[in-house]
Amino acid sequence: MALPTAPQVLSLYRQLLRYSNRFANYNFREYGKRRARDAFRENRNVQDKEKITELIQKGLHELRMLKRQTVISQFYQMDRLVVEGQASGKETGVHGGIVRQKDTGWD
Amino acid sequence: MSALPAARSAAARICFHTARPSTLQTLQRPLYRCLAAQVIPQSLQACRNYVSPSKKYNAAQVNLDTEIRLEKEHFVSETGSQPGDVHVPGIDADAMMSPTAGLLKHATVMDQGTRPIYLDMQATTPTDPRVVDAMLPFLTGLYGNPHSRTHAYGWETEKATDAARGHIAKLVGADPKEIIFTSGATESNNMSIKGVARFYKNTKKHIITTQTEHKCVLDSCRHLQDEGFDVTYLPVGSNGLISLEELEKAIRPDTSIVSIMTVNNEIGVIQPMEDIGRICRKNKVFFHTDAAQAVGKIPVDVQKWNIDLMSISGHKIYGPKGIGACYVRRRPRVRLEPLISGGGQERGLRSGTLAPHLVVGFGEACRIALDELLYDHARITQLSNRLRNGLLAMEHTSLNGDPDRHYPGCVNISFAYVEGESLLMALKDIALSSGSACTSASLEPSYVLRALGSSDESAHSSIRFGIGRFTTEAEVDYVLKAVRDRVQHLRDLSPLWELVQEGVDLSTIQWSQH
Repeated sequence: MALPTAPQVLSLYRQLLRYSNRFANYNFREYGKRRARDAFRENRNVQDKEKITELIQKGLHELRMLKRQTVISQFYQMDRLVVEGQASGKETGVHGGIVRQKDTGWD
Repeated sequence: MSALPAARSAAARICFHTARPSTLQTLQRPLYRCLAAQVIPQSLQACRNYVSPSKKYNAAQVNLDTEIRLEKEHFVSETGSQPGDVHVPGIDADAMMSPTAGLLKHATVMDQGTRPIYLDMQATTPTDPRVVDAMLPFLTGLYGNPHSRTHAYGWETEKATDAARGHIAKLVGADPKEIIFTSGATESNNMSIKGVARFYKNTKKHIITTQTEHKCVLDSCRHLQDEGFDVTYLPVGSNGLISLEELEKAIRPDTSIVSIMTVNNEIGVIQPMEDIGRICRKNKVFFHTDAAQAVGKIPVDVQKWNIDLMSISGHKIYGPKGIGACYVRRRPRVRLEPLISGGGQERGLRSGTLAPHLVVGFGEACRIALDELLYDHARITQLSNRLRNGLLAMEHTSLNGDPDRHYPGCVNISFAYVEGESLLMALKDIALSSGSACTSASLEPSYVLRALGSSDESAHSSIRFGIGRFTTEAEVDYVLKAVRDRVQHLRDLSPLWELVQEGVDLSTIQWSQH
């Protein structure tokens, strides 16, 4: 099999990131993006042709999995985590113009 | 009378034709129209019913394929978008995402969700999407019984379960034939301890375990005590580790099995497995270890550690719940009496049909764990150090367990002058536990921390933080900030804290009795 070109590999990387971002679950979304980034960084200097083919196959396998699992995750959405959105721990009012310090755990 | 339905059906047929004029030739049209004009009023007058023939403009024509595709595109396009970006007519999207905001009549915008952060990875872990992906075919199409030998349905699931067995064996350095599937680590522990003790009950009557074991090991041992066995509960040091000399002294000629867990579920200390294994092999005693918290998180090797029996759990390594495994050594052979008798599956040690979807999910989880062991460990160590240093930077906090021989994913911290239970209540936005999930329903202080020699107050004020594969930096930072704020708040309420601030030594106070 001919080795994939650099744009092809970059396209795979971009697709992995794009599909990871489609997980409804915050933790899976962040993990998917981080794992793809770290794996591509770790293997950026691989020269061995067999190894490259193997890694690309692995990437394609993961991409197929992501395509299926991200769609499934859309059907069973939970509420968002407390860390999602802003990390400030504050609610900022736009509509009513009310700013309220969020005090979780005391109600 | 029979002419009436016939006329009606004729009218319906004519309407059907008129609804599709393009198929008719223009010359025929006037004829049909005139027929319809004659027949329809007659039939409608004859019976006034509530069903009128449908016309073209109100016929609900639904193309299912297009609908499904549109819906999927809608779903996919909505993901990953921030609550503030989503435009929903009428009510704003943030209020739809959160019932709390809905109650506030969306006076404020919820920038954040309400679901707590999950930091209880010792209790269970989220199922990895890769594991779910491997399991789904076995929940839908591939439903064969893996023990069926006469047809392809059985062969395909058997092939998959054998592959999964291979992945598990590879992770712990064993032979696939030595892996017995069970319902979980609790069953594996029961099977190992009771099985070996009962098999050798005529010659050997002694069992050794530690005080910090999981409840299911301690309870199995207590059960065996009722049957007439003799059990030694080894004490642990203040760092949570057992002393090898004491173990050696405790071994008697009639000792059948030693059971010591690899990684403690509450304080995360790693026992010196290799040394314990060597001592057991030298004294010809079977060595069982509960490695539910260790497999897939630290390198485990049953050959190097001389382990004879080992319990593994699926849901602690991002696999499905309800599956576990027991490693039973073949050479030298470990013989045990099975708890469950039946069709003789799993070498006759655990009869009953395997659950292929769980087995495959467990196998996939083990394969991923082996692949990602170093990556995950480095990541968890980094996050753990961040959390540990941040929490220990607060005054009057201490780490439970040995700081060096320690699995980083389990951080157990004591916050002095704060009640652990009230801190847990105050930290509702973080899913935490003060100890083992099995005992968290009771308000008793953790027996593991008591075994370390902690005082009642210290054991009561301890909280366990579990970090896993899917924990993020943002979550750790959120937890650090939340814990700092709430601990400070609770201490401000506490009269004891006031005394400590004034420099009073609490142990010197004479509390009056009422």
